[in-house]
Amino acid sequence: MTLRSLVMRRATNLSATLLMGLATLMVLLPLGIIFYHIIKMGFSSINPGFFTSIPKPPGEAGGGMANGMAGSAVMIGMASLVGVPVGIFGAIYLTEYGGGRLATAIRFSADVLSGIPSIITGMVAYTLLVVPMKGFSALAGSFALALIMIPIVLRTTEEQLKMVPVSLREASLALGVPLWRTSLKVTLRSALTGVITGILLAVARVAGETAPLLFTALGNQFWSNKLTEPMAALPLQIFNFAIAPYEDWHRLAWGGALVLVVLMFTLSLAARWLGRSKH
Amino acid sequence: MSTKIRLDNLNIHFGANHAVKDVSMEVAENSVTAIIGPSGCGKSTVLRSINRMHDMTPSARVTGCIMLDDTDIYSRSVDPVAIRRRVGMVFQKPNPFPAMSIHDNVIAGYKLNGVLKKGDADEIVESSLKRVALWDEVKDRLKRSAMELSGGQQQRLCIARTIAVKPEVILMDEPASALDPISTLKIEELIEELKERYTIIIVTHNMQQAARVSDVTAFFYLGEMIEMGETRKIFTNPEKKQTEDYITGRFG
Ligand SMILES: Nc1ncnc2c1ncn2[C@@H]1O[C@H](COP(=O)(O)OP(=O)(O)O)[C@@H](O)[C@H]1O
Ligand SMILES: [Mg+2]
Repeated sequence: MTLRSLVMRRATNLSATLLMGLATLMVLLPLGIIFYHIIKMGFSSINPGFFTSIPKPPGEAGGGMANGMAGSAVMIGMASLVGVPVGIFGAIYLTEYGGGRLATAIRFSADVLSGIPSIITGMVAYTLLVVPMKGFSALAGSFALALIMIPIVLRTTEEQLKMVPVSLREASLALGVPLWRTSLKVTLRSALTGVITGILLAVARVAGETAPLLFTALGNQFWSNKLTEPMAALPLQIFNFAIAPYEDWHRLAWGGALVLVVLMFTLSLAARWLGRSKH
Repeated sequence: MSTKIRLDNLNIHFGANHAVKDVSMEVAENSVTAIIGPSGCGKSTVLRSINRMHDMTPSARVTGCIMLDDTDIYSRSVDPVAIRRRVGMVFQKPNPFPAMSIHDNVIAGYKLNGVLKKGDADEIVESSLKRVALWDEVKDRLKRSAMELSGGQQQRLCIARTIAVKPEVILMDEPASALDPISTLKIEELIEELKERYTIIIVTHNMQQAARVSDVTAFFYLGEMIEMGETRKIFTNPEKKQTEDYITGRFG
């Protein structure tokens, strides 16, 4: 090997390493900036009152986003109540009850559904629920969120079920266990941690969704205890307060953003931890 | 001895692949029937048709008739689940339920069906494990995971799980091919005992094993049943040239 080619090789190697390092930094940097900024701006608003009280009128200091967090919890809960079973049973149908045209159609619709911008999902919920019910409501908001959750839960569950060995299903069937029981108690059971990971990711995804709630749940300055009335939600509150011209509200919005980011971070970590502990 | 299972002009296709061709055979009650033949000749496919395992394979098409006593198992009015309760199966690779303890694996058939009566469990576990000669080896660690057992123990556990639900017929698809010689011997001894209560059909590519454990042997080649008869006769004085070539190892 000549000295020249050796030097060339070293140089190539070094520049490639540098380039990759730079690329890695570019991935990490935005995350770092976001975290830094949100913590810096939001941390001062976080106090017990932030989690227990509703927003104060502009000009009054203090106040919190308790109604927004509660509203988000309620609507995410209701969306999960529909989205999780539909997604899971859909996936069981696809993997356990064998192919066919219907299965292809379901897979295709799930893919299309997950690609639809969430503002459009909101518009659909508006047309289907808000208009006929003559009013914005938590129900419509939950429906829109459920539409977003279904394809996520369905596809992740399907992937997980496919990884369960056929030999386990056959072991169960050969004992005279019907297919539906086998699907639930053996196949789904074996894939459970992966399925839960998928659900956590779906929840994390809809927790931050603002667009589908804009003209469904609408938002609410106060507590609401009816599902048929407008309800506050954390991302909506952040949006509304951030665009308002009041310094106090901006502070609340940053506080809300911090809470949301911490929630997402926790969900993602939990999902990762679950997904990993299986091995 | 009365006939327990009768195959009549059985044909099985996977899409365009005609895997089993015009097979007719009778299996006597409380006997051990061995199915031998080179790899890919349709042994497993025939076996799996007897407990309707092909129902799970969309491309599989089964025609002809299989009678279990007086029941035509492919008749429209027959529930495959009911057939599988009467016809158990032991697979080539031991497949205990990994999330269950040794104890729960034995009663898996009851647990998964949600029909276990309180108080029955321990009795079923003990008697089933004793019957497969596994009780002494595992009685102190019944609550441990079944995955901690050796391959041979796992396979005996799978047999215990199968007999725990009291089938009439046990299908075994090369049950010892993944095991060491000592475990294989234990399985073979077990088969000898089990035939007092059950009708057994065992697929094996090990001819010595077929000779040791079976009363009747059927030789398959390219999806057809070439010859079937008393095991001793098949191995000493077969009628067909192909059978002779196979058992003497003169096979291309
Ligand atoms: N699930 C299946 N799908 C498609 N073809 C299959 C399937 N199972 C078996 N076959 C085909 O049926 C033929 C017989 O296979 P098999 O019964 O497994 O042979 P053996 O058990 O005698 O080795 C082979 O050609 C195999 O490719
Ligand atoms: Mg086979």
